[in-house]
Amino acid sequence: MYLPRAWRALYLLPLAFMAAFYFYPLLSILQLSLLPGGQPDLSGFRALVERPYLRGVVWFTVWQAAVSTLLTLLLGLPAAYIFAHFEFPGKGLLRALTTIPFVMPTVVVGAAFTTLLGPRGVVNDLLQAALGLDRPPVNLLYTLWIILLAHVFYNATVVVRIVGDFWANLDPRLGEAAAVLGADRWRVLREVTLPLLLPPIAASSLLVFLFCFTSFGVILILGGPRFSTLEVEIYRQAVNYFNLPLAAVLSLVQLVITFAVMAAYTRLQARTSLPLNLRPRSSIAHRPANAREWLAVGAVITLLTAVLVAPLAALAVRSVTLGEGPPSLRFYQALTVNRSQDIFFVPPVLAIRNSLVFSAAATVLSLALGLISAYLLTAPGRAAGRLARWLDPILLLPLGTSAVTLGFGYIVALGRPPLNLRTSLALVPLAYTLIAMPFVVRTLLPALRRLDPGLREAAATLGASPTQVVREVDLPLIWRGLLVAAVFAFTISLGEFGATLLLYRPAYPTMSVVIYRALGQPGLVNYGQALAMSTLLMLVCLGSLLAIERFRVGGQGEF
Amino acid sequence: MTPQRAVILWLTAALLLLAACVPPVGVGPTAEPSPAAATPTPVAAQTLVLMSHDSFAATEDVIRQFETAHNVKLEFLKAGDAGEALNKACLSKDNPLADVFFGVDNTFFSRAIGCDIFEPYASPLLADIPDDLKLDPQSRLLPVDFGYVNVNYDRRWFAEKGLAVPQTLRDLTKPEYKGLLVVQNPATSSPGLAFLLTTVAHFGETGSYTYLDFWRDLRANDVLVTDGWSEAYFSHFTVGSGGEGDRPLVVSYATSPPADVYYSEGAKTEPDSGNLSPANATFRQIEFIGILRGTKQRALAEKLIDFLLSPTFQEDIPLQMFVYPANRNAKLPDLFVQFAEVPQQPVQLAPEQIEANRERWIEAWTDVVLR
Repeated sequence: MYLPRAWRALYLLPLAFMAAFYFYPLLSILQLSLLPGGQPDLSGFRALVERPYLRGVVWFTVWQAAVSTLLTLLLGLPAAYIFAHFEFPGKGLLRALTTIPFVMPTVVVGAAFTTLLGPRGVVNDLLQAALGLDRPPVNLLYTLWIILLAHVFYNATVVVRIVGDFWANLDPRLGEAAAVLGADRWRVLREVTLPLLLPPIAASSLLVFLFCFTSFGVILILGGPRFSTLEVEIYRQAVNYFNLPLAAVLSLVQLVITFAVMAAYTRLQARTSLPLNLRPRSSIAHRPANAREWLAVGAVITLLTAVLVAPLAALAVRSVTLGEGPPSLRFYQALTVNRSQDIFFVPPVLAIRNSLVFSAAATVLSLALGLISAYLLTAPGRAAGRLARWLDPILLLPLGTSAVTLGFGYIVALGRPPLNLRTSLALVPLAYTLIAMPFVVRTLLPALRRLDPGLREAAATLGASPTQVVREVDLPLIWRGLLVAAVFAFTISLGEFGATLLLYRPAYPTMSVVIYRALGQPGLVNYGQALAMSTLLMLVCLGSLLAIERFRVGGQGEF
Repeated sequence: MTPQRAVILWLTAALLLLAACVPPVGVGPTAEPSPAAATPTPVAAQTLVLMSHDSFAATEDVIRQFETAHNVKLEFLKAGDAGEALNKACLSKDNPLADVFFGVDNTFFSRAIGCDIFEPYASPLLADIPDDLKLDPQSRLLPVDFGYVNVNYDRRWFAEKGLAVPQTLRDLTKPEYKGLLVVQNPATSSPGLAFLLTTVAHFGETGSYTYLDFWRDLRANDVLVTDGWSEAYFSHFTVGSGGEGDRPLVVSYATSPPADVYYSEGAKTEPDSGNLSPANATFRQIEFIGILRGTKQRALAEKLIDFLLSPTFQEDIPLQMFVYPANRNAKLPDLFVQFAEVPQQPVQLAPEQIEANRERWIEAWTDVVLR
C-alpha cells in the first residue's frame, strides 16, 4: 500500500527513530566492547569457541523458544478459533483476561505459580488430600516444564489476538465452497483455512519465538539457576563479571539468530499473503448452535482458565489472605501509608497514573511509527520491495536484542548533545516504543497486505483524493488491526520494568517499579504490598483493555 | 470515517502525545513543595545528583534537612542492582551521570577502584568510623554502612519439630537438615555471592575438606538454589512466604529478623526468624560512597558526603535500609539492639582477592552445585 505522495516524508520518521534509539546506542556499546581504545578485543569470540558451556546456552535458548512457540500455538489456535467463530457470554472479559499475563512482572508470576503449583500450593494440597499422599506429587518448580508453561502463559494472547482477529474476518464462503465441492472438515481446514491463516500464524509465531528467545525473568525466577538463555548469560557477563567483550559477542549471536529467523519469515510471509475479500465479523461469529459446538467452546474456556486465569486468580486471592487472620484488604491499605516517611514513597494512585501516562504515550508513538512503517513495507514497486526485504527484519531486531546491552548502549551513546537523554524522562516511553513497535508492525502488516488494491483504485476512480483513500478505505479496514496493535503496545508498556533497560527516575515510579521495590526488603507487609500492587496492575490492565476494545469508529461494521 | 471524526481522532492523539511530554506526577525530592510547607525558597537552587543502587532509601525529612541547609536540590538516580549501577557509573566515566555515588560494596570494591571513577576526599567524619571498615587509604571510597550475610532460621518451625538449630556451617550437611535450606546463586545474587565467599574463607580451597566438598555435600543434602534473594525469601522461606514455603533455613541478612517485626504492622513483638551467626561463618558487606570524578560541584559533593556520614543520616539508615550505620556515634534503634546482634568474627577476604577470583569461584561452584 502506498501513502499519498505529500505524506511520504513521514517514512523518514520510523527510520530516524530506529537510527537514533536503536542502532546508534547499540553500535556504540558494541564498539566500546569489541574495539576498546581502537584495538580489537577478540577474547569474547575465543571464549565462545573454547567454552562448550556457552554453545550449550545458545542451543538451549533456540530450542526452548521453538518448543515454547509450538506449545503456545497448540493452546492459542483453538482459542483463536473459538473467539473468532462464537459469541458466548463473558467473551470480551475472557479475552481481556487472557491478555493480562502479558503485563505481569515475572517476580509476582513466580509467586503465583508457586502458590498454585509449589510444594505447598493449591494443586498439591488438593491432590495430596484426594489421593492420600504424604509427599507433594507435582514438582514443577525449577524444571524445564515450568519454563514452557510460563512461556505459554505469557504468550498465548499473542496467538489468540493476532490469529483470532484475522480469522474473525475470513470469508467463510471459501470454506463452504470447498465443502460443497466435497471436501470434508479436515480437508477444508488443511487446504483452505490453514493456508489462508498462514500469514497471521507465522507473524504471531515469530513474535512468540522472539519473546521466548530473549526470555529472562521466567528463566531466572521459575527455571532457576540450572537453566540459562543467552539473555541471562549476557546479563551475568555484563553485570556480574563486567566482561563486556564476551557480553557483546553473545549479543551479536543473539542478533544474528534473530536476523536469520526474521529473514526466513519475511520470505515465507511475502509468498503466502493474498489480498482477500473480507467479511464483517458479525456475519461469521454466532452463538454455538449445538452440543458439539458448546462442548468445543466449553473445553477451550476451561483450558484458558486453567492455564491463564488460575495463576492470576491465585495471586489476587493471596493478596487478601496472606498472613494470619481472616481475609482483608490490609495490604491495599498498607500501600497508601508511608510508614517510614520514605522519600521514595508513592501513593498507589500516583503510580497508576504514571504507568498510564507512560503507556499511553508509548502507545500513541508506537502506533504512529508502526503504521508508517507498515505502509513503507507494503509500498508497491520493485525498489520498495527490495527495501522492504531488508527493512522488515531490521524493524524487528529490538525484540531480539539484549536489554542489558541496549541499556548500557544508552549510557554510552545518549550522553552528549544532540541526544543528551540518558536521564531524561522521555527515555521511558521511547524505550517502550522500541519494544512495542515490532508488535504494531507485525499486527498491521497482515491487515494491510490483505487489503484489496482494487478497493483503493475504485475509490480513486470515483474521485477520492489519496488522503481520502487512506482515511475512508484503509483505516476502516485495518481498524481492527490498529486496535489489536494498540492493545499490545499498551500492555507491553504497562508491564515493562524499565530499570533493566534504562535509568528510571525514582521520582516517577510506575506500578511495576513499586512492586519490584516492595520485594527488596524482608517482611510480610512488603510481600503483601507486592501482591496487592500486582492485583491492582491486573485490574488497571483489565480496565484499559476493555476500554480500548470499545473504541470504535462508528457505523463501519466491524472488520 | 467522517472528516469530523478524523479530526477528533487526530486531536486525541495529539493530546495524548502532549500529555506524554508533560512530566507525570512526581513525588519525593523533585516534586514541588506543597504551599503549606513551603519555606520561601531562594531562586536558582543548585541540583546535586546522587546515583545509587535500587535499594537506596531514606526518610524524607532527613533529606530535606540537607537540602535546606545547603540550598540545594537532591536528585536521585537509581541504576539497577549494585553491580549494574557500578557498571553504569564506569561506562559513563567520561561524562558522569551524577555527582556522588552510593553503594559500592566490598565485593565490587576492586572493580570500582580499577575503573578509576572516584575522586579522593578525606572527610573529617572518617574520624568517627572504625578503621576496620576503611579499605581505601586514599579515601576515594568511604564506608557508609555495613551488614552481615548469614543464615536465618524459622524459630517456630524448629521449636515445633523439636529439632536443634544447626550450630556450624558443616551442620547444614547433616541428614536432619536435609531439604531445609534455600540459598541464592552467587552468579546472580549479592547475598548468594557473599555466602559462597563465606564458605571459601571458612573451608578454604585446599585441605581435606574444601569449600567445594561442603557444597557437594550440601547439594546431596537437597539444598535449593534460587537466582535471587526475593524468590528465596518470599517464595521458599517459611517465615518470609507467610507459611507457603517449605524451607525453614535461608541465606539472608542478620538484620532480616528486625525487619520481620518492623514490617508486621504491629502484629509481632518479636521476630519469627532468628540468626545463625557462628564465628567465622558470616560475611560482612561494607558499602561505600564516593565523589564521582568529573563532578562540577565538588564543594557541594563534599558536603553531601559529610552529611551521609553524619549521625543525622546514619541514624536513619537502620530502619530504611536494614543495615548498620558506619559512624560509631550513630545510635541504633531498639529493634536492632534487641534482634540484630552484630555477628562476631565475620570471615576475612580482601577485596583484591575477591575481584581476582570471583569468576573462578563462581564457575567452580556452578560446576559442583548446578551441573
